Amino acid sequence: MTTYREAMREAISEALLADERVFLMGEDVGMYGGCFAVSLGLLEKFGPERVRDTPLSESAFVGAGIGAAMGGMRPIVEIMTVNFSLLALDQILNNAATILHMSGGQFNVPLVIRMTTGAGRQLAAQHSHSLEGWYAHIPGLRILAPATVADARWMLAPALADPDPVLIFEHGSLYNVPGEPGTEKVDIVSAAVRRPGRDVTLLAYGGTLHKALSAAEELAGGGIEAEVVDLRVLRPLDEASIVASVAKTHRAVIVDEGWRSGSLSAEIAARLADRAFYELDAPVERVCTAEVPIPYARHMEEAALPQVPAVVEAARRAVSS
Amino acid sequence: MARKSRTQPSRDRELLRQMLRIRRFEERCVELYSGEKIRGFMHLYIGEEAVAAGVCHALTPEDTVVSTYREHGHALARGVPAKTIMAEMYGRVSGTSRGRGGSMHIFDAARRFYGGNAIVGGGLPLAVGLALADKLLERPRVTACFFGEGAMAEGEFHECLNLASLWRLPVLFACENNQYAMGTALARSQAETDLALRAAAYDVAAWPVDGMDARAVADAAGKACEAVRAGAGPHFLELRTYRFRAHSMYDPDRYRDKAEIEQWKHRDPLDVIELPGPETAELEKEIAQELDEAIDFAERAPLEPVEELTRFVYSEV
Repeated sequence: MTTYREAMREAISEALLADERVFLMGEDVGMYGGCFAVSLGLLEKFGPERVRDTPLSESAFVGAGIGAAMGGMRPIVEIMTVNFSLLALDQILNNAATILHMSGGQFNVPLVIRMTTGAGRQLAAQHSHSLEGWYAHIPGLRILAPATVADARWMLAPALADPDPVLIFEHGSLYNVPGEPGTEKVDIVSAAVRRPGRDVTLLAYGGTLHKALSAAEELAGGGIEAEVVDLRVLRPLDEASIVASVAKTHRAVIVDEGWRSGSLSAEIAARLADRAFYELDAPVERVCTAEVPIPYARHMEEAALPQVPAVVEAARRAVSS
Repeated sequence: MARKSRTQPSRDRELLRQMLRIRRFEERCVELYSGEKIRGFMHLYIGEEAVAAGVCHALTPEDTVVSTYREHGHALARGVPAKTIMAEMYGRVSGTSRGRGGSMHIFDAARRFYGGNAIVGGGLPLAVGLALADKLLERPRVTACFFGEGAMAEGEFHECLNLASLWRLPVLFACENNQYAMGTALARSQAETDLALRAAAYDVAAWPVDGMDARAVADAAGKACEAVRAGAGPHFLELRTYRFRAHSMYDPDRYRDKAEIEQWKHRDPLDVIELPGPETAELEKEIAQELDEAIDFAERAPLEPVEELTRFVYSEV
């Protein structure tokens, strides 16, 4: 038994041991041990060249990661939260995602960027948003959302082996989640069925996966067998797996911590309309975050986020229609 | 260093040759733009040639160049062939970036030319990272990063000077102070106009250079590169120059006094270096032929098949 946090640390440690070109860089990753204690102890083990504290300069150190990747290194760049990543959005979108195509295939950017995302810890609007859907909008990036301890442990290595920029979104509420990392390697291409079912498909990822699984438990008590699909890879989406599950259950509920308007859930709903229209026996349901900046007060924050009862309700609606 | 064995006359000839190539290349580009052979944004370097010629003269083929959207001069002086640059302007698959970049995004891996960046200041973090990789891999290279004085108002400039200095990275920050950020004069947009002073605030060795004199630029860049290579950390040169033409082909240039432009033209970098006898005329002839061939190459170059539109969004492995 270990935790999501420890699994991620183990993955980073393994990567640093396996390849001299790998280094970890970000705010407080060294002396402090990482804002979420992911890199605790790594500075002592690997030294300040390879576990590199940066100034509070998101654009410069993310861009430096891009340059270092182009220069032959394999950087892992940590950004404290997705909200702060906006300060580096220029580098991520205009350089990391773009240079390969804009250079006619001459320069690839083998970079991994890790950051936390999501709400649920009363951190208010500037530390709680779920913007991975925005990044999933951008061609040239691969977007991962490990939701399980096993994915936290095993997604980093294939991300580092990928010749293109990979962004890993770690939901802040997952770090203490216990689990078995196992020994089985995972891919960074496909979605995963986390619970098989026949009546309705619950599509979730990252922080919402566990809510979807809880909802499925509750639904099973009422005789509804929900299939839970963990999207895992938000770009490029594993459309085939999503369609295959809905072709089986004929009903879909998307659970997305992003805002509904223009979200990943909107994209998936559109794809289902496009690719699985005749398979659907009910309108696609979406359980998303309320269209507000995330508030601090616990009751208000909870009200803003997708919660298990809303998922259960949506699934029942879909099944009964 | 080996390049010190060059005799001054041959250095003068090389500097003038590069400046003439850039000037004549861009004069042809203006004609081709009017003829709609070249489209999109095109930013000319005319008047600033001494900067590219001088800085690139101080670099070895192992060094790295990071550039801006006004990069024809940097690319040419770096040794990127005129014909592939021209084909890029034509949007042809034989261009430096298969026609996907155009005038603002010339890339050439073989010449270690890491691109025209069209976001002001956007190339600075890349240069810092490329230099970091060199330092970590113990390669004695210099990364020369060109940017305009307008970029010094961007946060990235400050973040990058701090980072490069903190980590003593081998970067030559080559600030082309052509006095105008698009249409806004330096003094109208930045509080402290002594640029070297601002760079020095990050504990970076910095000094101003006459950017209209290629020899002065080559001397300063040579000295800076030597120090950078010796491990002295990043250096900053404020290269004081002037663009004789508008910001881009769309710019009516209403913000500058005609007298000011004329005054700078008296210090045309092409007039600063004089070669003996018929040497300049010989260079002109040689360059005219190179450019004829470049245009011919671009005219004949094929277009990329549309079926390849989605190639290179992700690497082909």
